[in-house]
Amino acid sequence: MHPAPSVILFSSLSGLGFGLLAWLGIGLPAVTGWVAFVFFTLAYLLAVGGLIASMFHLGHPERALKAFTQWRSSWLSREAWASVAALLVMAAYGAGLVFFDARWWPLGVIGAALSLLTVLTTSMIYTQMKTVPRWHSLWTPANFLSLSIAGGALLAGQVTEAMVLLALAGVVQIVTWWQGDQALASSGTDMATATRLGDIGSVRAFEPPHTGSNYLLREFVYVLGRKHAAKLRIIAILLMAFVPLLLLLSPVLHHLAAALAVLSHAAGVLTARWLFFAQAEHVVGLYYGKR
Amino acid sequence: MTTLPQHTDRKLGLVIDLDTCVGCHACVISCKGWNTENYGAPLSDQSAYGADPSGTFLNRVHSYEVQPEVGTAHLVHFPKSCLHCDDAPCVTVCPTGASYKRVEDGIVLVNESDCIGCGLCAWACPYGAREMDVAEGVMKKCTLCVDRIYNENLPEEDREPACVRTCPANARHFGDLADPNSAVSQLVAERGGVDLMPEQGTKPVNKYLPPRARDQLQGPEDSGEIDVLAPFLAPVDTGPKGFLGWLDRTLEKL
Ligand code: SF4
Ligand code: SF4
Ligand code: SF4
Repeated sequence: MHPAPSVILFSSLSGLGFGLLAWLGIGLPAVTGWVAFVFFTLAYLLAVGGLIASMFHLGHPERALKAFTQWRSSWLSREAWASVAALLVMAAYGAGLVFFDARWWPLGVIGAALSLLTVLTTSMIYTQMKTVPRWHSLWTPANFLSLSIAGGALLAGQVTEAMVLLALAGVVQIVTWWQGDQALASSGTDMATATRLGDIGSVRAFEPPHTGSNYLLREFVYVLGRKHAAKLRIIAILLMAFVPLLLLLSPVLHHLAAALAVLSHAAGVLTARWLFFAQAEHVVGLYYGKR
Repeated sequence: MTTLPQHTDRKLGLVIDLDTCVGCHACVISCKGWNTENYGAPLSDQSAYGADPSGTFLNRVHSYEVQPEVGTAHLVHFPKSCLHCDDAPCVTVCPTGASYKRVEDGIVLVNESDCIGCGLCAWACPYGAREMDVAEGVMKKCTLCVDRIYNENLPEEDREPACVRTCPANARHFGDLADPNSAVSQLVAERGGVDLMPEQGTKPVNKYLPPRARDQLQGPEDSGEIDVLAPFLAPVDTGPKGFLGWLDRTLEKL
């Protein structure tokens, strides 16, 4: 799949932002007043910034409100509802903390649940795609949620929790890659089922429909060199989990180390999310002999 | 509404004969011609006369080479447009309700004025039947020429999809696949029509008729036959003679 920067930024940043909101919702850290204001501003910048980035992906952003109508069937529509609900509930809860020094905890817990629900709905947009076997697995939501919760813990300054959760997210990431690598082969879709010519013999794409490129090839048939993929995976996992873990373990420079850990983690998640798209094989590529 | 209907009264669709399609691309052109100037946004081209031309098409013809265990390879031309699936994943993913499947005839359509151009429906289609128009930012797909098949302003014989009307090889057939007595249903039954990517669970309405078994082409070494004309086809002049021959041989020696 074409790794569109707007979608990568959106899903990575808003994942972190909603992860932080979830931690704030359950009162970790139990901040109020100005400190709460800073935490909430950061969370909203990430979450809303991500959502705005995703608007650039649309052909007609001015009609975006229509996306709220089909929540019965569409995960994208559910994501729109969940994100708005999470942002509104957390805004009320945050206002209590910042302006009234009051923690309305039921609101916080609901907001935290809605924040994680938003991340789940985002991941389900990809998971539902049977056409992209690498995504069509429960490891996709596990991957998105574990990263969001771990990144949120890191941003919320919950050091012990962050260390455990980062290690866990790293393991989930590696398993997600490993199972994803076999997904296309074990999906049962290949050139023989695509063309149904397999009974005659082995099928080879002889001529594409046009000599030029097209939307389908640009959007769905992004091919990434295996060697680069392996290197980028190592970089992603180091930045996402190992470096932040080491920094959190280091006894010196606590605040600076934490800030560096956050940056490293974010860079790692962005790299992994880029790979999530760039390595995803859409079955339409089979018609073009590109798998 | 992007939830799918439980049942459609008819299942209008195409039956495509891979045995007779000659890969002329006439259907590609007539499809683009009709659909760029009628319903909805035109099918734009980008850099049509430049070095890297591309454009929106609702029907494309692939060509495959199929190599059997023994014998010569087959070349199969493979037209592909929307299959108007019964269980259309492109419809249910749409967040706006722009994509829908009609209850009366099962045609899958896009209401372009509701489409936000998120592209999700094209992701969900396994067949590459939907293309986002670069100029308009809305999703385009085959409409089964819904503006021809019911169009009373057209002569009766033109009330079928443009691709079907134009195909010189009669490789494309249009009709109601829900009616077992329709010509298309009988053709499917007779020729063993199949679904593309059945494992994707989309339940396509369009069916493909597989190529029939080919005659085996046999060379003289296999059959022991010798072409009666062969002696006459042998080259008569084996080399230059006379002065030219001398010149040729001399030059060879140098
Ligand atoms: S062929 Fe693709 S676009 Fe057409 S109905 Fe099926 S899934 Fe949808
Ligand atoms: S591109 Fe348009 S038709 Fe397709 S899912 Fe998005 S809004 Fe619906
Ligand atoms: S017009 Fe008919 S023969 Fe020509 S490519 Fe299309 S389906 Fe095949």
